[in-house]
Amino acid sequence: MKKKLFAFLSVLVLASMVLAACAPAAPATPAATEPPAATEPPAAGFTCDDPIGCVDIAPGEPVHIAYAMVISGPDETLGIDTRNGAEIAVADSGGEILGHPVQFDGEDEGCSAEGGQAAGTRLAADPTIVGVIGTNCSSAARVAVPLLSQAGFVIVSPSNTAPDLTLEGNENNHPGYLRTAHSDLIQGAAAAQFAIESLGVTTAATIHDGSLYADKLQEVFVENFQEMGGTITAQEAVDPNQTDMGAVLTSIAAGNPELIYFPIFIKAGSLIIRQARQTSGLEDTHLMGADGLFSPDVTEGAGDAVEGFMVSSPDLAAFGDQYASSFVPKYQEMFGTEPISVFHAHAYDAFMLIKAGIEKVAVQEADGTLHIPRQALRDALYATENFSGLTGNLTCSDTGDCADPVIAVYEYHAGEFPPEKIWP
Amino acid sequence: MLRTWRQRITTTDILVWAIGLTIAALVIWGTIVTLSVGKFTRANWIDLTIRGLALGGVYALIALGYTLVYGILRMINFAHGEIFMSGPFTAVFLAEYFNRSGFLNSNPVIALLLVLLLSMSVSMGIAILLERIAYRPLRNAPRLVPLITAIGASFFLQYTFRGLYGSGIKAYPEPEVLKGQVMIMGVRVFNTQIVVILGAILMMLILYTIVQRTKIGKAMRAVSEDRETAALMGIDVDRTIVFTFALGGASAGAAGLLYSLLFPVVNFFMGFIPGLKAFTAAVLGGIGNVPGAFLGAMALGLLESIGPLLFLDGFGVPAPYQLKDAIAFIILVLILIFRPTGILGERLAQARA
Repeated sequence: MKKKLFAFLSVLVLASMVLAACAPAAPATPAATEPPAATEPPAAGFTCDDPIGCVDIAPGEPVHIAYAMVISGPDETLGIDTRNGAEIAVADSGGEILGHPVQFDGEDEGCSAEGGQAAGTRLAADPTIVGVIGTNCSSAARVAVPLLSQAGFVIVSPSNTAPDLTLEGNENNHPGYLRTAHSDLIQGAAAAQFAIESLGVTTAATIHDGSLYADKLQEVFVENFQEMGGTITAQEAVDPNQTDMGAVLTSIAAGNPELIYFPIFIKAGSLIIRQARQTSGLEDTHLMGADGLFSPDVTEGAGDAVEGFMVSSPDLAAFGDQYASSFVPKYQEMFGTEPISVFHAHAYDAFMLIKAGIEKVAVQEADGTLHIPRQALRDALYATENFSGLTGNLTCSDTGDCADPVIAVYEYHAGEFPPEKIWP
Repeated sequence: MLRTWRQRITTTDILVWAIGLTIAALVIWGTIVTLSVGKFTRANWIDLTIRGLALGGVYALIALGYTLVYGILRMINFAHGEIFMSGPFTAVFLAEYFNRSGFLNSNPVIALLLVLLLSMSVSMGIAILLERIAYRPLRNAPRLVPLITAIGASFFLQYTFRGLYGSGIKAYPEPEVLKGQVMIMGVRVFNTQIVVILGAILMMLILYTIVQRTKIGKAMRAVSEDRETAALMGIDVDRTIVFTFALGGASAGAAGLLYSLLFPVVNFFMGFIPGLKAFTAAVLGGIGNVPGAFLGAMALGLLESIGPLLFLDGFGVPAPYQLKDAIAFIILVLILIFRPTGILGERLAQARA
């Protein structure tokens, strides 16, 4: 009896605590679910005739740009780097767009389909969002982009590189989606060209980790490599959380490739670099990855074995003068470090593209209320031509490819970051 | 005799046996095809075997923690993978410090032993705290309650360590002495592999001696046979249970360091997969059974290392290593079909029944 009473009392206490916690938030809830300006009809009689609606921003209210990036876990440098890039863009804009402050926050996409699902669902439920910068990983994009597109946002990815995301007529190409990163059709071809022409190899093996990015990229590499007269000895796969690569590498070594191309991510990539050097037959094989392995964590994770490991990645030296003279110092000042990955400038451009689009299509009223028609914003972004960004002159295609890609190959040296550029 | 046997057997039994036999036939067929193609040399197979044994040794030490706790509390401690992670993820800082100060290369044995000691004590501490805070209050609750608590504790520990040390990866420095390799009878073996295999076997022997030959080991066995009677005989049950957790935690900490010598990249999520594998190994060998855990873990390590190539390569399956876990678990199912209590049997539970 005493026990029952105790249980009843504790439930009561808990319930009152929950209610108390909710109480102050209650008045705020309706305001958050409704667009702020809906309470007071626009004075000049603005009517929204955009097919997918408008975002109305009352005077003093922020313009909400969100991110969906991988900001935790083994691949966090990729996401934190892009978030830093976008934050510099916010700072460079003086923290405002058309006199309204910028609200820049977001969700972790975890570099996985599950993470993309969670981030996409949460962001899509927030009607104040105008545009989303993200995702980082193509696997997350495949799930998150349809949700965000459905919600009427513009989505500009700084680092998705899977080809099908901007392939016309492909089921994974969604309205409102653009990217400032290159498509892997270009990166894979560049890697194959480098392998054949510069390294002079004729046989290669590939390893992917089942992620959309890695699988597509190695496919493009294989196609181009074979077209240029090379032979593929094996196309293997590992699990992103796998630690013992010895067996995979032994099986690859049986085909005697001169190059192993593994465009995967940091954790599994570092272990492959380490263990390849210990596999008989692979001691002197060239190892090559892609932009997913451009990170100081690779130098740390692979230790001394990183010596001579190559990655293809956007050519940082091909960026405009503004990049070295103003962006990098600002990065160092704000975050106390050199850029930690490769897509920060692409994220900067992504923000600037969205900002330029908003400035072009937004309707301002005398009292400062801002109306942003969503479809018009999308059209404006797709129509971008010769936009002078950090990564080059951006011109967007009808399917959302905005990049001005120059791919370079970098070579790691033990204990050093960033790696040294060796091609072209 | 034959008649009762015929009455007992059901259609399900026949179906299950048919599935088992089909898998077994496929495995044997695949093996013969792969071996007859002869794409891989003898050295390749031996190399894979050694890798499998090293991995199996680590699994064995983790599996021991599952088995000891199951034996004594009849509960699966699903947070054991995180106990395994906590040791090496903490000790990496000491290893880094030793590496920077040069101590790691000037006195590798002492340095590694100190790192091992730290790894073991952290894991042991976490295991004891876990028992005291999460499991002891629930000891007389229904069996599912501590199980769910264990899953919760597992997440709690993962994210606590992520908060403490960050979510990025950290790398263990490699001492110079472990970098080389030796040829044993024409087979190339890495120093790390030798250290890991010998270390695992040594730890297993020490633990087995503790359980079988010491007074506290006897108490553990008594408590696992019958807790109430053991208490009546004057055995301090609480102390024995704490000791069991401490023993399992220490062996997980040791396993963690050996694992980090093999794969020197650690992060907060590193315990999940090995924990799952070690649990499988414990079931494979017969849960609650110490030699069974060792045998099951070695079998699993070998299966993962050799299995995909041996069974699938002959069929021309592309990227067989993606199916590594599938193969390991199919073999697990196969063994459990023919021996439902694992390779050596669930010894303690049988004694109870």
